[in-house]
Amino acid sequence: MTAVSDISEAQIWTYLESVPDPEIPVISIVDLGVVRSVEITGKSVEVTITPTYSGCPAMAVIAMDIETGLAKHGITDVHLKTQIAPPWTTDWLSEKGLARLADYGIAAPQKAGGPACCPRCQSKAVERVSQFGSTPCKAQWRCTDCLEPFDYFKCI
Amino acid sequence: MDHLFEFLLRQGDNALVLGHRTSEWCGVAPALEEDIALANTALDLIGQTQLWLGYAAEVEGKGRSANDLAYLRDVYDFRNALMLEVPNNDFGRTLMRQFLFDAFQVPWLTALSASSDERVAGIAAKSLKEATYHLERSSETVIALGDGTDESNRRMQDALDYLWPYAGELFGQDATDQAMQDAGVAPVPASMRSVWDTQIEQTLSAACLSRPDTSFAHSGGCNGSRHTEHLGHMLAVMQTLQRSYPGAVW
Ligand SMILES: [Zn+2]
Repeated sequence: MTAVSDISEAQIWTYLESVPDPEIPVISIVDLGVVRSVEITGKSVEVTITPTYSGCPAMAVIAMDIETGLAKHGITDVHLKTQIAPPWTTDWLSEKGLARLADYGIAAPQKAGGPACCPRCQSKAVERVSQFGSTPCKAQWRCTDCLEPFDYFKCI
Repeated sequence: MDHLFEFLLRQGDNALVLGHRTSEWCGVAPALEEDIALANTALDLIGQTQLWLGYAAEVEGKGRSANDLAYLRDVYDFRNALMLEVPNNDFGRTLMRQFLFDAFQVPWLTALSASSDERVAGIAAKSLKEATYHLERSSETVIALGDGTDESNRRMQDALDYLWPYAGELFGQDATDQAMQDAGVAPVPASMRSVWDTQIEQTLSAACLSRPDTSFAHSGGCNGSRHTEHLGHMLAVMQTLQRSYPGAVW
């Protein structure tokens, strides 16, 4: 078992990189931008997280996954702190996260308010089906060329 | 009376009561996409409730939690606007109410984001992103249905006529509102009226709907003095689990 005092904050970040988002498992919680800070004080690790949406049910699972994810590396003295300000924004999604979303078939958030193209065939002929989708962070769109529906990551 | 506690209850109860009403559509909405949209809207509102009532409970300092405030208070302890507790009726009235409320929440939460109380500012800034998204949907839906068929237009006008006398309560100006303004926590809600009027005017005109020409406004929800008979029925459903099995946890 590793003593916490031998571990750097950078190492904790690396461990958190391997904790997947419970609803979109191709990206990590770090890629999602919900981990705001990591701080080691004495023997304990404090991880500050922020919710994507205020009622997002995945937050409880994320908190549990952080604890079990760090416990795998022998880190058990973990304190989770929730912080809501400043509010989470899709600007905090990492480049790597955005690329993985696209590969997974989820169109990346765009300031213009809709997907740049269909994640399947890259056609720009897309239309909105619903402003909401299967999770609070997504909306439903459809490609009018290949006719496939797809998820769009809402831009907030 | 602690004005900050009272103020926080108003914010939390508005979100909670509308959130619960909206969740009543889960599984029975007119189309799958609308069902998902309503459930997501409800989820945002319940999330906001946890933030507001969580802070209210801390301010009160009597060891109560957000859950205690939501599930163990009675009708006259609730501080939500009456408009939010009346039954959903049809889909049109549900979306009309959402629109009237969202059009208030967006300028309101924008103002609260600059609150002298850091916690209020943080909760408001978080909720504002969600409210802005809700307003986009509710205003578009009001326009689509108002400027739709003869029947959808009639039903949206009926919804507006029914809800209109309740909307005025959002623009309160009582001792609590005044105390919050004096403390720099929030402007008085009455000061939101002109921005709200402009938004309402624009949307209703695009929706081919006429603004009712009455300024009568029901009151009694935000100060708890007189709720409608509907809130008790709603709480009976919402609180049944905690009332029947006190202390039950998930
Ligand atoms: Zn396509």
